[in-house]
Amino acid sequence: MADALTDADIKKIAKLSRLSLSDSQVGPVRSQLSSILGHIAQLQAVPVEGVEPMAHPLRIVNRLDNDEPKATMPVEELLKNAPAVEDRFLAVPKVLGDGGGA
Amino acid sequence: MSGAHRPLVEICGDVRAGKVTARSRVEAYLAEIAKREPEIHAFNEVHADAARAQADAVDAAVKAGRDPGALAGAVIAIKDNIVMREGKTTCSSKMLANYRSPFDATVIEKLRAAGAVFIGKTNLDEFAMGSSTENSAFGVTKNPHDTTRVSGGSSGGSAAAVAARFCDASLGSDTGGSIRQPAALCGCVGFKPTYGRVSRYGLVAFGSSLDQIGPFAHSVEDAALVYDSLVGRDPSDSTTADVAHEPLAAKVREPVARLRVGIPREYKSPANAPAVAAAYERAIAAAKAFGAEIVDVELPLTDLGISTYYVIAPAEASSNLARYDGIRYGHRAKLAPGEDLEMLYSKSRAEGFGPEVQRRILLGTYVLSSGYYDAYYKRALQVRRLIKEEFDRAFEKCDVILGPTSPIPAFPIGGMKDPLSMYLCDVYTVNTNIAGIPGISINAGFADEGGARLPVGIQLQSKAFAEETLLRAAAMFEKALA
Repeated sequence: MADALTDADIKKIAKLSRLSLSDSQVGPVRSQLSSILGHIAQLQAVPVEGVEPMAHPLRIVNRLDNDEPKATMPVEELLKNAPAVEDRFLAVPKVLGDGGGA
Repeated sequence: MSGAHRPLVEICGDVRAGKVTARSRVEAYLAEIAKREPEIHAFNEVHADAARAQADAVDAAVKAGRDPGALAGAVIAIKDNIVMREGKTTCSSKMLANYRSPFDATVIEKLRAAGAVFIGKTNLDEFAMGSSTENSAFGVTKNPHDTTRVSGGSSGGSAAAVAARFCDASLGSDTGGSIRQPAALCGCVGFKPTYGRVSRYGLVAFGSSLDQIGPFAHSVEDAALVYDSLVGRDPSDSTTADVAHEPLAAKVREPVARLRVGIPREYKSPANAPAVAAAYERAIAAAKAFGAEIVDVELPLTDLGISTYYVIAPAEASSNLARYDGIRYGHRAKLAPGEDLEMLYSKSRAEGFGPEVQRRILLGTYVLSSGYYDAYYKRALQVRRLIKEEFDRAFEKCDVILGPTSPIPAFPIGGMKDPLSMYLCDVYTVNTNIAGIPGISINAGFADEGGARLPVGIQLQSKAFAEETLLRAAAMFEKALA
């Protein structure tokens, strides 16, 4: 079972979550998550040997719809919600270069 | 809008017959909202003008001899995580504070087609994460029975809007009890159908294997009437089930012959507040009095539901909420010189999401992360199957399972500081979603607490797709406990 959460763990999870946490938030978040995980630890006592995981309540099979073209939403309509737009495109900061980003 | 409740089917019948106008009904509700909404805060937005226009269209159809539909002139409030063309869809989050949907959710299309009128968008815990609406970025919804107390959550605004008589019915979403718990705390009916019954297309996703849309109403029959309009397979939601549905509103008053009511001993927990324990006993006595067979059933994994849920729901949430990146829609942070795209994501998300949403994203990311996936996520999915099998065995012996909806009545605003103690309030509702079965909360009386008269709810659950039995049984309890 997992060891107690450290501040480094919280920073790592925050990075994976794409959430910037300030240093002062790390401690309180660690203690809240530790308390929740402490409760969740009761799952470890349940015998689950051989039980098939259940990801979904329905036994459904992949359903294929007829391949019929339908109208799509107008781009202008969708761009109305975008925080920054240039012409008909979403504007974003520079993605490549300077060794940052991707 | 006071006095004894008149069935919605009769009201809509009057609208369809031209005996009353949809417009006059909207005006009456708007007047009620003007009076009490400032102290309740059920709504994020009241759509007065749009509602008037929709009502006028219904009345015009009636005048022209057309039938506007089964919900003609029914005034309905919509939880603000269900998208519609009118107004904004905010999820009570700063992240979506200015989001306007370019399309209608399937449930909105269906209600529109049935002649319903939309009065506004109701408050919720941010992204439906919480049990009190205290996690809303736009302020808490107060309980109409005592405005110092919470309305429950996450669909607290939808529950309060019905309880305060701001509308005939409302829609909520239920991922772990978010319809049934606020219904219990506000004293109305709240119904979560079987997973797959109602399309989630246009419901902002939280826990996709758990989420389900359902109605709040003044009675079981009214809830059934709204539900009848919502049901059905939707090409836009591949998880909708292709299962036959017969309209239930006309049937719910027929009692179930030889109803078998399951009583799990685990539901008589010492953690239940005295008022909740008393309401449960009253409901059991009522069942005996109307001739139901009382059956002892066992649900020993009841207490493990919270742990299972708080692995699965945050895991799914962390994935679903990855879409809020500040690029295509939603809040975008301002970057300082030198900050890159990565910072744009993490700053936008840190500024846009409130503390509970961040907590669940972090928790979900953790349980899905390399090294912990098997210990948490996979194990929770295994326990999930055991919980479902436990229900399957119980439903071999009974038609419905009766229990409390919430272990406590409405609690004071600000009274629940620790996230974990809030989570524990969901003990009787999360397993319904984990198993994918339907559940309904109805009022079972009132408790005097701190000078207030607080509603107490009971919950009925049935096996998947057995809504007819569930709602007919609920109507039997409703009548017996009135």
